[in-house]
Amino acid sequence: MTLSITELLLIPALPLIAALLTGIFGWALKEKLSHLICCIGVIAAAALSVHVFLQVLDGASFHGNIWTWMISDNFIVPVGLMIDRLSAIMMVTVTIVSACVHIYTIGYMHGDPGYSRFFSYISAFTFSMLVLVMGNNFFTLFFGWEAVGLFSYLLIGFWFKRESANVAAMKAFIVNRIGDFGFAIGILAVFYYFGTIEYKAVFEAVPALVAADFSLDFMGWEVSAITFMCVALFIGAMGKSAQVPLHVWLPDSMEGPTPISALIHAATMVTAGVFMVARLSPMFEYSEFALAMVTVIGAITAWMCATIGLVQNDIKRVIAYSTCSQLGYMFVACGVSAYSVGIFHLMTHAYFKALLFLAAGSVIHAVMAEQDIRKMGQLRKYMPVTYITMLIGAIALAGVPPFAGFWSKDMIIEATMVRDMGWASEVAYWAVLSGVFMTAFYTFRMFFLTFHNSDRVDEHAKSHLHESPKVITVPLIILAVGAMLAGWWGVQALGITNAEMANNYFGSAIFVMDAHNPLITLEEHGSHGWYHFIFTAPFWLAIGGIGLAFFMYFRETTHPARIAATFPWLHSFLLDKWRWDEMNWKVLVMPARCLGNILWKKGDLGMIDGKIIHGGIVGTVLAGAAKLRNLQTGYVYHYAFAMVIGVFGLLTYLLLGS
Amino acid sequence: MGELNNVLGFPILSLSIFLPLIGAAAIWLFVHNDQAVRWSALLVSVATFLVTLPLWFSFDTSTHHMQFEEFHPWIETFNINYQLGVDGISAPFILLTSLLTVICVISAWECIAKRIKEYMIAFLVLETTLIGVFAALDTILFYFFWEAMLIPMYLIIGIWGGKNRVYATVKFFLYTLTGSVLMLIALLAMYFEAGNTFSILALMDYPFSFAWQFWIFLAFLIAFAVKVPMWPVHTWLPDAHTEAPTAGSVILAGILLKMGAYGFLRFSLPMLPDASQYFVPLMVGLSLIAIVYISLVAMMQTDLKRLIAYSSIAHMGFVTLGTFMFTQQAVEGAIINMISHGFVAAALFLCVGVMYDRLHTREIGDYGGVVNVMPVFAAVMLLFCMANVALPGASSFIGEIMVLIGTFNAEPVHLGMSTKWVAIAAATSIVLSACYTLWMYKRVIMGDLTKDTVKSMPDMSVREFAYFVPLILLVVWMGLYPLPVLDVMHVSVTHLIEQATTSKDAVAQALAQGLPPTGMH
Repeated sequence: MTLSITELLLIPALPLIAALLTGIFGWALKEKLSHLICCIGVIAAAALSVHVFLQVLDGASFHGNIWTWMISDNFIVPVGLMIDRLSAIMMVTVTIVSACVHIYTIGYMHGDPGYSRFFSYISAFTFSMLVLVMGNNFFTLFFGWEAVGLFSYLLIGFWFKRESANVAAMKAFIVNRIGDFGFAIGILAVFYYFGTIEYKAVFEAVPALVAADFSLDFMGWEVSAITFMCVALFIGAMGKSAQVPLHVWLPDSMEGPTPISALIHAATMVTAGVFMVARLSPMFEYSEFALAMVTVIGAITAWMCATIGLVQNDIKRVIAYSTCSQLGYMFVACGVSAYSVGIFHLMTHAYFKALLFLAAGSVIHAVMAEQDIRKMGQLRKYMPVTYITMLIGAIALAGVPPFAGFWSKDMIIEATMVRDMGWASEVAYWAVLSGVFMTAFYTFRMFFLTFHNSDRVDEHAKSHLHESPKVITVPLIILAVGAMLAGWWGVQALGITNAEMANNYFGSAIFVMDAHNPLITLEEHGSHGWYHFIFTAPFWLAIGGIGLAFFMYFRETTHPARIAATFPWLHSFLLDKWRWDEMNWKVLVMPARCLGNILWKKGDLGMIDGKIIHGGIVGTVLAGAAKLRNLQTGYVYHYAFAMVIGVFGLLTYLLLGS
Repeated sequence: MGELNNVLGFPILSLSIFLPLIGAAAIWLFVHNDQAVRWSALLVSVATFLVTLPLWFSFDTSTHHMQFEEFHPWIETFNINYQLGVDGISAPFILLTSLLTVICVISAWECIAKRIKEYMIAFLVLETTLIGVFAALDTILFYFFWEAMLIPMYLIIGIWGGKNRVYATVKFFLYTLTGSVLMLIALLAMYFEAGNTFSILALMDYPFSFAWQFWIFLAFLIAFAVKVPMWPVHTWLPDAHTEAPTAGSVILAGILLKMGAYGFLRFSLPMLPDASQYFVPLMVGLSLIAIVYISLVAMMQTDLKRLIAYSSIAHMGFVTLGTFMFTQQAVEGAIINMISHGFVAAALFLCVGVMYDRLHTREIGDYGGVVNVMPVFAAVMLLFCMANVALPGASSFIGEIMVLIGTFNAEPVHLGMSTKWVAIAAATSIVLSACYTLWMYKRVIMGDLTKDTVKSMPDMSVREFAYFVPLILLVVWMGLYPLPVLDVMHVSVTHLIEQATTSKDAVAQALAQGLPPTGMH
């Protein structure tokens, strides 16, 4: 059964049309019309996505080209769609979260001078993200990839009067471009080895390529072709999904308005890297090295960002580091070949993390744009709906059953435990396991400091404290339902964690070698009763983390200050985010600027213009001209003649030298 | 000379070459009112643009042979002919020229205060010479237009330029002239070697021995490298750009820079295939220097026009790299890049012009927060900045990715390393172009309004917006639907690659030994 092409095309087209209308005519539109156009476009796209998803559950799929982008000899780039169970679940997640964020934005951005511009951007972002997940080849993926990057840039820098926002936007774009550099090389290699850039044809050709054992020499190492491609592509994923060392842009991206932190920098865009690895599972499965790299990078990020999250004081930054960390979990899942679990965590995370961000936005809104949790406290009295929904999100993130985060995170840890990849999976296991404790701790530290503890809100803000309007609380409630039920639904109704790919939700959309599949091993271990979590370490670690946070932060205590004073070095190291920014500044930014200056001042101006042209050639000519002046010839030809010889000599020198 | 291939049966190339010249003469003689000068210049340029349109709509994409041909003996003693014709490689550039001239005329509407008449005449004459270069199929005719082009350009920078215009013009003139002199010598040498012919098509077929090719290639290299410009003969360009008036920069970046690369495609590759192969390492090296070194230099510029000029040089690095990879994708990518750069760099210079007209400064530090007062302009400039960093959806992406694909897949004989590393080195442009472009955009456009001068900048007028519209449409159209443009060049490029990869030296050797030539078509 194939899906209707019209319906599929409408899904990205509706947000695009909405974005174009509000973008071009925004200056003439009233607030109400702007948000009406965009909300209708995105909600309709969400409804259609759900419809498509239901059909896909019944076994429908779609694969076909609709446009030809480039042709040159054997290099053919079509634009087409590949709708299977992987893209369907992504479409649903993206459009539903986007719809919630659209509605929320009506309240959050009310009165902002850039109101329709904002709506235009987020609708266009939704379009780009849909292209990214629906495409059937590496170029549609790259197109969506770059387009979401563009809108991320525009939205981080949305409040363009703020210097910090502009710097953050630029940083996000450039760091992402470092990843894209890898991505582009990956695409070049894919075309080189496969002669096509369509997923289907590439995936079919992978086993033959691996069997042929192509390899290339990389700085003295023999690297197999498949490993080279996967690693290059994964560098792209690291940029987009904020993995160490390309994670530095994500926390800064919190300069943007909160709705986009929820939509782009938590639920959708940053998960594109995870989607990419899962989509390319037929390639990654054949490269042990790439899988190990995915696992280790994911584990390091999961652990490191969790440690940073422990001490941050900006409510959005706590959640941002949590996002980095959770993305690390997803990559660990992909690395240990539990792709379906990685995507499952992506989906549950999308709901509870969007919820947390939007709830944080509701809080920030209420306390007059204050983001420092040290200046909050006792807010539960003023905003009950935000309080309850954020509690749900926090429990889901901490991984307490039966909320969404538990189901997916627990599976990741178990899969990492049983998958044997040597030291890589060993390291990953301990990283993600200890991460659970930290996650629970920092989440509830943030939660208690905001809603309980002592009342530290300043007088001015207090006079305005109120619960947010319905347009803000209704999306919170919708997402809270998702954060509660998505995990159970994924496991029970969809069977995302089933071991056999035949009865796994993803079926053939994801490829896992039987020898790699940790879910099979897990199934053999048995004991998946409803109560089994009581016997697992993650559950108790989560409870322990919450308990410790309760002990330290539920009421005002002196413990946090005492601990910080005992380990001042560690505390400031974590507070400074492991000093990545300082290092990048010293190791990359300043040297690049110095080099640029040297090449310009010493190279272009000093050497070429100064020494060779002015000093050497023109000087010689002028000296010669002084002698030849009585011949009464013009300067121009002398200059010309001297330069002929000079340039000629220079090039001859270069040639002989090479 | 056999049957002329001209579907129209009408000298359309001659008309597009001489219409601007006749128009210029008419304006000079009959039009004396400034406003009338503007309108008549616009009329002439639009008419020329319309005349060139059949090159697009009546173009036969199935043949690599020259089309719209014209042939008249000129100086018969030396076998110099007035021979014109275009193929899939040159046709797009004639259209680009006639389009950009219209935009130049509109952009100069108000900002040129003195001698508007002479200014418009200079541009129309320049158009004549530029179209002539791309249409000429006789080397002397080519050389004539190539040199003639210098005069109006020299005047445009020298009369309507900025403070340092004298230095810039002299530098520009001397650099270009130097190259031209060598080119003339090379053309004459080829004339005598190939049996008294200046016909480009005949020279393409003549089997030059490697020794000949070696020296002629070097002479051409200097002539073309100066024009491209390639490192280390590029330093005239930032000076020329900074001093030139806006429209001068537009034509300079949009068309003049393309002539060097066009020269490689029209002369070096098909006429000197063995030397072209031999010099691949040098060309690759210089191209990579252009991409990496120049990008870093661009990043540190404090003058807007200088920054865009350096960015142009870096982008031309992709063009020269693609040209010397001899693969279909790389060469087509190089041509697409040239066309695309014609839109994008032209538009960026126009953007600078819009700001310069308001504040009369090019210093990045004098701006900041422009978006607050000029939101429409900020959006337009953002679009072209994103095109400058080759975001997918913009024409430049098509060009750059095709060059990279073609490079990765190329197997040049004389390059002592895998082209994969070359492609990877060139791909650093993905990061570097973002660095200098976005940093510039941030400093100029973003931020709060702190400078009183910036506060008084009005947003774009309808006239200013009008000349961006075609550029926006073209960048996006070529970014999403480049197939028609690619179609025009496919067959010609295939033929060119065949020429460039078929050794002439072997044929020359065989001929020298009196053996029957092999391997010649």
